[in-house]
Amino acid sequence: MQLNIKYFGLIAELTSCGEEQLEFQGTKIEEVLEKLFEKYPDLKTKDFQVAQNREIVSNDSKITGGDIALLPPFSGG
Amino acid sequence: MSRYSRHIILSEVGQKGQDKLNSAKVLVIGAGGLGCPVLQYIVASGVGQVGIVDFDKVDISNLQRQVLFGTSSVGMNKAIAAKKRLEDLNETINIYAIPEQLTIKNVLQIFKDYDIIVDGTDNFSTRYLINDVALQLNKPVVYGAIYKFEGQVSVFNYNHGPSYRCLFPIPPKEGSIANCSEVGVLGVLPGIIGTMMANEVIKIVLNFDGVLSGKLLCYNSKTSEVSTLKIKRNPVEIDKIKSQPDLSYLSIEDNCTAVKEITNDKLNFKKNIQFVDVREFHEEPKIELSNCLQIPLRELEENINQIDTSQTIVAFCQSGIRSKKAVEILLNQGVTNCYSLKGGVMSLFEKQSI
Repeated sequence: MQLNIKYFGLIAELTSCGEEQLEFQGTKIEEVLEKLFEKYPDLKTKDFQVAQNREIVSNDSKITGGDIALLPPFSGG
Repeated sequence: MSRYSRHIILSEVGQKGQDKLNSAKVLVIGAGGLGCPVLQYIVASGVGQVGIVDFDKVDISNLQRQVLFGTSSVGMNKAIAAKKRLEDLNETINIYAIPEQLTIKNVLQIFKDYDIIVDGTDNFSTRYLINDVALQLNKPVVYGAIYKFEGQVSVFNYNHGPSYRCLFPIPPKEGSIANCSEVGVLGVLPGIIGTMMANEVIKIVLNFDGVLSGKLLCYNSKTSEVSTLKIKRNPVEIDKIKSQPDLSYLSIEDNCTAVKEITNDKLNFKKNIQFVDVREFHEEPKIELSNCLQIPLRELEENINQIDTSQTIVAFCQSGIRSKKAVEILLNQGVTNCYSLKGGVMSLFEKQSI
C-alpha cells in the first residue's frame, strides 16, 4: 500500500523533505520505521512520536490508514 | 467606556466572563519568546494575578522576538523587566516577578498560588518538572514549544485530559534537540505560538468548550500549515507520576541536566581549573596555557581519561556552542564539575582574563 509520511522539525531536516510517499508491505508501525531507518540511518538516534491518521499511536500499533507523521519534541521557547 | 468593554459586549464573555478573568491566577514560566506574548495578552485581558518566573537577563539578541522588552531592558532580569512594562499596560491587576530558576526545591511553593501554569521554557528538564508537578497538583498547563519555523501548542492536565508524558513519555537527551540560541528562530514564530497559548489560557478561564486538550496543534510558519494531532490519555504514564512520593525521581531521570555556563569574569584563575579546548587543531587563536588541554569535540568521548576530573573543568570553543555539547558529553560520563565558557574563546580576550 501507499503511505504518506509527514515529517516535522529536525526530522524533516534529516529526511530533506516535509513529506513523501512510501510503498509499504506490512502490518505495523514499527515495520514502517524499520524501512525508514534503512533509508535514513540517522533517524534511529532521534527522539520522535508517530501519528497515524492524525492520532499519536504506539510503535506496535497496526497500520490502519495511509497517513503517518513523525513528530519530534521541541524544546525552544 | 471601561478598559474591558470590548470583552464585555461579547455575549460569550460578558461581565461574568470578565469577572472570571479578573479573578484568574496565572503563572507564566519563562519570559522569553513564548512568555512575552502570553504575558502581554493575559495582562491586557485583565487576568487578576499574574506570576512571572525567569532567572535570565534580557540580552540584545532577545529583542528580535521578545518584543515586550526594549533596548533599555537589556541587562535586567527578565521577570522584573517584564513586570515593569506590564504594569504600564495594565495597572489594575497584580503582577509578581519571581527572578528565580524553577527547581525541584521551589516549584511547589511557587505553584501553590496559581490555578493555571503556562510553560514557555526553553529546556526539557523544566518542561518535565512543570508537567509532573502540575499533574500532581491537578493544575492545567498551557504548553508551547518552538523549533526554527515550527511550533507546537497544547493544553495538558486539563479536566483529567492527557499530560505531556502521554505525548513524550521520556525526556530526550539534552543536546539531541537544539534550542533557539543554537539554531535560530524566526522572530515572529514565538509571537504566533505565544498568542495561541494566551488564547488557550483565556479559554480555560472562561470555561469554553474548545480548549486544546487531547490535541497537539503543530504550526509551520513557512508553509502556514496547521496540523492537529490527537493525543490519548495514557493512564500508565500518569499513574507513574502520580504515585511518586516526592520529586527526587526527576533529578535521577533527568537526561537533560542543564549545562552550566560560566562567563570569563566569573573565572577565578586558581590552579584548580582545567581548561579543555574542544576546537579543531587548526582553529585560531591558539591558547597555550599549562592548564589547557586540546581535545576536539568529536574525539572527546574516547579521550575523557586524559582530563583530570578532580579539577574544575571549563570547556571552550570558538563561540560557546560546541563547548556546551562537550559539557553534555562529560555530564553523561558522570563528570559533573564542568562548565562551558560562555561566548567562547573570544570572550577570554575581552577583559584580558588570560
